[in-house]
Amino acid sequence: MNDPIIQLKGLTKCYGTFKAVDHLDLAIDKGEIFGLLGPNGAGKTTTILMMLGLTDPTTGTVQVCGYNATTNPIAVKRKVGYMPDSVGFYDNMTALENLIYIARLNGLPEHEILQRAIETMEQVGLKNDMHKKTSAYSRGMKQRLGLADVLIKQPDIIILDEPTLGIDPTGVKDFLMLIKQLSKQQGLTVLLSSHHLHHVQQVCDRVGIFVAGKLLVQGNIGTLSGNLFGKEGYAISVTLAQPVAEPWQHRAALQTLGNITQVSIEEKTLEISCDCDITPAIVRFLVQEGYDIMSVHKKEYGLDDIYQKYFENNSTENITNEKSVSFFQRPFFKKYKNG
Amino acid sequence: MKSQLAFFKGLSLKNTKTGKLLQTKTGTPFQVIANKEIADHIRSWRFIVLIVLIVLTFVASMYVSLSNIKSVVNNTNDPDHLFLYLKLLTTTDNAVPPFHVFLNFLGPLLGIALGFDAINAEQNSGTLTRIMAQPVYRDNLLLAKFTGGLTVVSTLFITLTLLMVGGGLILTGVRLEPQEMLRILAFIAMTVVYVGFWLSLSILLSVRFRQAATSALTAIGIWIFFTVFYQVVVNLVVRAFLPDANLLSQDEIISYNEIILNILRIAPSQLYTDATTTLLMPSVRSLGPITMEQMAGAIPSPLPFKESLLIVWPQVSGLLAATVACFSLSYYLFMRREIRS
Repeated sequence: MNDPIIQLKGLTKCYGTFKAVDHLDLAIDKGEIFGLLGPNGAGKTTTILMMLGLTDPTTGTVQVCGYNATTNPIAVKRKVGYMPDSVGFYDNMTALENLIYIARLNGLPEHEILQRAIETMEQVGLKNDMHKKTSAYSRGMKQRLGLADVLIKQPDIIILDEPTLGIDPTGVKDFLMLIKQLSKQQGLTVLLSSHHLHHVQQVCDRVGIFVAGKLLVQGNIGTLSGNLFGKEGYAISVTLAQPVAEPWQHRAALQTLGNITQVSIEEKTLEISCDCDITPAIVRFLVQEGYDIMSVHKKEYGLDDIYQKYFENNSTENITNEKSVSFFQRPFFKKYKNG
Repeated sequence: MKSQLAFFKGLSLKNTKTGKLLQTKTGTPFQVIANKEIADHIRSWRFIVLIVLIVLTFVASMYVSLSNIKSVVNNTNDPDHLFLYLKLLTTTDNAVPPFHVFLNFLGPLLGIALGFDAINAEQNSGTLTRIMAQPVYRDNLLLAKFTGGLTVVSTLFITLTLLMVGGGLILTGVRLEPQEMLRILAFIAMTVVYVGFWLSLSILLSVRFRQAATSALTAIGIWIFFTVFYQVVVNLVVRAFLPDANLLSQDEIISYNEIILNILRIAPSQLYTDATTTLLMPSVRSLGPITMEQMAGAIPSPLPFKESLLIVWPQVSGLLAATVACFSLSYYLFMRREIRS
């Protein structure tokens, strides 16, 4: 039971000299919803393709449901339902026919197929449109049909690659709730990749942040923000009715409240950082001093900030790299010109 | 009439029985894909256009040969004049070429049209990833695409030829010789192999090129090269290298001729022409030049079917080898390739 259902060990994929995935180690347990987060081109899709045996890893192994995905992809594909990021359907067939085709390919017994296909269509909320040609389907409906495709084979694991791409906000919410509900009902393991943090935040038990082929951190969102921002404590921003003049006469008084590490003033807004949560004390202090408070906002760190944080590090690294490269190139060009 | 009805009843009963049997058992993925491919081909406009084209040429050449059949059969100088049904397929008044010559250049078109977007269209529309994420072996997909196309083509040709034979039976009332039937079936088989070569070539190109238009154009380019330019190029090269014919002995001329013919036989259409003429014209004894000594003592009579088949055997195996080569190359390219849309 404690054996992870998906286990990646030292997984590496190179395209020429470019490393798309770099020594990835990851374990996903049965029944959890894992979010693979990362910017475009981070290697998410490549990792997923390797899990399904659709591409071969350069080194490392992938174990899914106890099978090696590279040498035994058929066994893995029986257990895993995969929805690619751009799902395509045969436009000359109706949605139901598309679904039945997939069911047949999975070798479901012929007399159950129609029944099960209709049930699955109902489950994903396409019952009224199942006899329409898929060419008439909207993006969101196609996404739902893609999910039906995945569900009809009754898999143990669902892998969704960018499932929320191109759906409107309410559609996204419905879709994610549907996935969550299905996962809880049937004990499915779900792996979903996305670069939309809020979506992932809504449903995932655990997330892994994936940048440039490396898994930077993994864990649930609470631990992640704790790890990252714990040292910075709390940040409170207070907006006042009148602009505050610099230097502020009450700065010293405010800092006597204790635990305050930094106060910065920007016209009407005070940004206060402190080690522990003293929002009530700050508000009380300001009211006593006769300020009109318009709003108080205590910053809570979401995935967005976590993401941003990792990105900042990553992008600055890139910039320094680029700089050094151009620095080295300069003399070369000069030489070339002189020559 | 009654007995016929009863027969049909029995048939339909049998059908429902097998239908029930089928209901409990699903086909292998290969059968499922092949069935879908065939259904797709039959419903596609592309195939309807091609069928219309082929049926039109068939009707035109049949019309011409039927109107000339009387004089041909009465021509006792021709050793083949008694093979009525073979004559139906080959007679012409020089205005419209016979059916097998038509097929020589319509066959490639058919094969290319059925295969040029086999893999890349699926890849571009995102369905390839979907299919490959199911428990299906990759080679099943390629094989099903090939089999699907070939099934449709062979059904088409068998139907056409049987229609021709049936029509001939009704119109003339002449009995069909078993030898003729064998020859006609061999001709169909040869045609299917010929179309199969172009089909596998176009599937290979569809694996290689991401754009359907590129693979179609490349396939058509190869086809045009072999039908038009190849002979021109060979002629030019031969003229540049060949010594003056006046200075050569007869043996040398013959050996040079052989070489030129063999070079020409690299073109699949040449192989097909060789094979079909030998099969449909029983008096053809050799595909190269024959010396007078070889001809001495030979009675101008039709060859038995087995002998004709022996003559074209190299051609048949050549076409089969080319088909297998294309097909295995597409396997090689497709099996380990990364599938992403």
